[in-house]
Amino acid sequence: MDTIKELGKEVMRLDHPNFESGDTVKVHVKIREGDKERIQIFHGIVISKRKNNANSTFTVRKVSYGVGVERLFLLHSPIIDKIEVVSRGRVKRAKIYYLRKLRGKAARIKERRLT
Amino acid sequence: MSDGLLGKKLGMTGLFQSDGSYVPVTVVQAGPCIVTQIKTDVKDGYNALQLGFGEKKRSGVSKPVAGHLKKSGDVPCAYLREFSVDNPGEYSLGQKITVGIFKVGGSVDVSGTSKGRGFSGVIKRHGFHGGRKTHGSHSHRIPGSIGCSAWPAKVIKGKKLPGQFGNERKTIQNLEIVDIRSDENILLIKGAVPGAISGLVEIKKPKASKI
Repeated sequence: MDTIKELGKEVMRLDHPNFESGDTVKVHVKIREGDKERIQIFHGIVISKRKNNANSTFTVRKVSYGVGVERLFLLHSPIIDKIEVVSRGRVKRAKIYYLRKLRGKAARIKERRLT
Repeated sequence: MSDGLLGKKLGMTGLFQSDGSYVPVTVVQAGPCIVTQIKTDVKDGYNALQLGFGEKKRSGVSKPVAGHLKKSGDVPCAYLREFSVDNPGEYSLGQKITVGIFKVGGSVDVSGTSKGRGFSGVIKRHGFHGGRKTHGSHSHRIPGSIGCSAWPAKVIKGKKLPGQFGNERKTIQNLEIVDIRSDENILLIKGAVPGAISGLVEIKKPKASKI
């Protein structure tokens, strides 16, 4: 098991800020087009975070032109340039999948005040 | 070059490739194996190497086996297996064989004893869909009809039915080697290999590409 953990440490990125479900984040994703590389920003609410060594993932949801879009990222993936935390949200669940059923004003999340 | 090595399955994880893709890998502690016997065409009718792998308490080795191992450096090995080899003359008793016989990007066949599931039904063992669970159905996980009537008046051989599932030798062919850590004797093989964690696996050069 130790070897697996050691291999995981090689892969893991420790440069990401700490964020949880309910937080609004901007994920800077590297996109390669031919030889060129550009950065696209995916801006939304983190609705789940799965912690599993090198295989950790998180899901970001945004509403784009009235259509809900969710994207699952591998937390330690090299295609993520950086993660920016825009605001912290106060939620009572680790997985806030109930947001999928809510529209408009109801889909807002209260901001968490850090004291 | 020996045809293969013995190893221990350590578990699974994943690695990121340079293009950002995520590759699932099995971590295998492969070797170092000790040559415990050299079989030659002249003496034994075929060319092979007997390799020893793993540690064992000296008290756990029976006297006949201890006498056999004495010729190759007197190291008590937990497992002894044979691997075919082209030129047995190149080897000497007690020689260590390491992961150096494989190369990154090459492919291997991996054999092991699959996880035992005991006496299993057809859904788990053969992937049958099963019957309806509600609406008065009584056929939930049963195989259904297993044949015809008065003719042929018997069940056809090889019919998929419940029985022992797992705990048998399985070989997965042409698995890619993603990385080799020769200082730790570790192979990273793409995908899954048969058996439970800490189970014995045989890693061989691919059979398919030899033809």
